[in-house]
Amino acid sequence: MSDREVVFITGTRKGIGRYLTEHFVRKGAVVEGCSRKEIDWQLENYTHHIADVADESQIKTIMSFIQKRHGRLDITINNAGIASMNHSLLTPASMVDRIMATNFRGTFIVCRESAKLMKKHRYGRIVNFSTIAAPMRLEGEAIYAASKSAVTTLTQIFAREVADFGITCNVVGPTPIDTDLIRAVPKNKIDHLVQNLAIKRLGRFEDVANVIDFFVKPESGYITGQTLYLGGIS
Amino acid sequence: MQCAATIEPGKITYLVTESLKNVLLENESTEIDNVNASTSLLGKHSILESLGLVTLLVDLEQRLEENYDVCVTLADERAMSQKNSPFRTVQSLTDYIRMLLEENLQSVGS
Repeated sequence: MSDREVVFITGTRKGIGRYLTEHFVRKGAVVEGCSRKEIDWQLENYTHHIADVADESQIKTIMSFIQKRHGRLDITINNAGIASMNHSLLTPASMVDRIMATNFRGTFIVCRESAKLMKKHRYGRIVNFSTIAAPMRLEGEAIYAASKSAVTTLTQIFAREVADFGITCNVVGPTPIDTDLIRAVPKNKIDHLVQNLAIKRLGRFEDVANVIDFFVKPESGYITGQTLYLGGIS
Repeated sequence: MQCAATIEPGKITYLVTESLKNVLLENESTEIDNVNASTSLLGKHSILESLGLVTLLVDLEQRLEENYDVCVTLADERAMSQKNSPFRTVQSLTDYIRMLLEENLQSVGS
């Protein structure tokens, strides 16, 4: 069995996922990650898998690989997500299916399969992703925000279901960060949003990593089912 | 690693009863010596506590993967939709696993 902490992160090709990969490797962990497309970077102690989080068999294959290679899984970060800013009246149903598949179904499958590995050692930390778009009721983000609200409810109940196995499950809800996810959003919309935060600036990768570090440390074993929004949103 | 092509009679029964005994041991149950083919896993006569069946099925999935190199999901849609749950007793669970393994073997062979 690996003597180092083993971390699984979804959506590692770019943005927060890549940052978190580098963050955990810097901290001495072994990281396994996935994205739907190949990555154009390499990192020691990081192994990349091509997988769609919404595909049950692909995630099971990765978990099987982790079990055989490391014999343990300590932390899972459900970062993979897609967004689409669109008025509800102009949102195709196919878009709803696509967003729910990645953001909700994918999060569920990864939670379930991670917990199966974690329960072997009666220890695990799972962190899911929401967004401040949900509590802020942001117009144009109904489907994205709803998919993340589903993640929050899933987390609250899942946390209770796996508590007896020594596994915690929490949610971080970032503000907009300068990533591809918000690049298509008009600047005046982002400015307006930032003005409505308690702390009036865009988020940074470090802000997200800080919350995740808190959720995943061994001392946080009494914290589960919680959602922590950044930027002063509640 | 044993492949699915060699499903020995009795091996699956052994895996199921050993997994069940482990779960009972973890829960400090005194019923370990009473495990047999007709032992109930569901309902009011179940030998298991509330999380026991979950633990048993997850443990069995991992044992099957280790022993037969197959990735099976025991609590799949078919299992959940059957009029008579395959998780009723040790025997019905054993039969269900055998069927899943044989299907898996056929799909590998075809």
